[in-house]
Amino acid sequence: MIHFVVHEDGDSVGTIVIEGVKSGDKLTGWVMEQDKMVTLPTISEIPIGHKIALQDLKKDDTVIKYGVDIGRAIAPIKAGEHLHVHNVKTKRW
Amino acid sequence: MISKDTTFLGYRRENGRVGVRNHVIILPVDDISNAACEAVANNIKGTMALPHPYGRLQFGADLELHFRTLIGTGSNPNVAAVVVIGIEPAWTKLVADAIAKTGKPVEGFSISRNGDHATIMNASKAAREMVQAASEKQREVCPISELWVSTKCGESDTTSGCGANPTVGNAFDKLYGLGTTLCFGETSELTGGEHLVAERCRTPKVREQFMALFNKYQAMIDRHKTSDLSDSQPTKGNIAGGLTTIEEKALGNIQKIGKKCMVDGVLDYAETPTGPGLWFMQSSSAAAEMVTLCAAAGYVVHLFPTGQGNIVGNPIVPVIKLCANPRTVRTMGEHVDVDTSGLLQREMNMDQAGDALLDMMLRTANGRLTAAEALGHREFVLTRLYESA
Repeated sequence: MIHFVVHEDGDSVGTIVIEGVKSGDKLTGWVMEQDKMVTLPTISEIPIGHKIALQDLKKDDTVIKYGVDIGRAIAPIKAGEHLHVHNVKTKRW
Repeated sequence: MISKDTTFLGYRRENGRVGVRNHVIILPVDDISNAACEAVANNIKGTMALPHPYGRLQFGADLELHFRTLIGTGSNPNVAAVVVIGIEPAWTKLVADAIAKTGKPVEGFSISRNGDHATIMNASKAAREMVQAASEKQREVCPISELWVSTKCGESDTTSGCGANPTVGNAFDKLYGLGTTLCFGETSELTGGEHLVAERCRTPKVREQFMALFNKYQAMIDRHKTSDLSDSQPTKGNIAGGLTTIEEKALGNIQKIGKKCMVDGVLDYAETPTGPGLWFMQSSSAAAEMVTLCAAAGYVVHLFPTGQGNIVGNPIVPVIKLCANPRTVRTMGEHVDVDTSGLLQREMNMDQAGDALLDMMLRTANGRLTAAEALGHREFVLTRLYESA
């Protein structure tokens, strides 16, 4: 069972692809580009489609997905934490 | 597996273009002619009215776009014949005459000095003859190169970027080498990934044209914005689905143009491409607006990946939905034509997903009704550039 997918090595986030992920769950992830499996415990409840931080991020760190900048952290984020609009913002507009 | 020898059953029109539907449409030039159009469509079975809210006191580029959209819709090869109804004769004639250049049957009726009753009666007589003639039109075998395919995603979420959108990209990569005419757009939804699209432009000139259209759209947003657009783009639905920023949404969006396709040219809103290849069209990212523009440009089939479940359709173009989000497939299955949720569990690979989509595209071109068609989704939404005079 794949719990989250990662576009490529070096991305700071994975995408949860199953329903019902709870804090403390040990998750299995699939890195699509390199076609390899990784594991990570979550420290948040994360809905399907939402992102999990794969590494610790400091405030103002750039978040990487698809190997590209998708915004900046507006608060410190820990590996395994739910990463979304409450802690990441666009750099555009 | 699709190849140069792949064929579909289409309707060849007077101007040589090939359609996959055989609609007789009753087309209003303006908002106040909607009632007469709907009355005609109600009288004459098998015809369809395309009501819309605009067409009065528009001017300049906005008026040109209004005409281009109406004329392009009537000229689309999915349309067999057209009744045009407007309040006054000049603009009615302008729209009808331009559609008539395709060689298809067209008649225009104006309500001024006739009233709704006489207009509805006269237009109904014309519509009856058109629909009976159209019903005799037979499908014929056509090469895949004659299929014009557009794409736009909607109500996207993070599964769009790793599932449904790259499935369209895989299909586009396979169609690109076969001489088909392809289209993508959604200008604001390339923000953060515009450099990736620019790198895919065939020539420096195309790149320059693309960046000019992109920057023009950004300038429009900068002129009107009152916030960072985080309430609009990404939408509330995108955010509920896990998309956080416009950059993330854009990078998912761009998956639709695959890995091999090059951008061969750019189009203004609703502009008709002049040759095969992949075209970028200046367009809103709102689903019904963008699909309406593609239909007006002459595209006959639309591939529409969704994550959270956009339900949009179009009156004249079949809109094929695909989705990789298992929750959406479970809760909104009646809107999904191709389920690619197996991708995220490695139960299918991207090549298989692309082939499944192409198979559904060919079945749809041959006549299978899409979910949106069966459910009666006929969103016809005209893009406006600015206020009426």
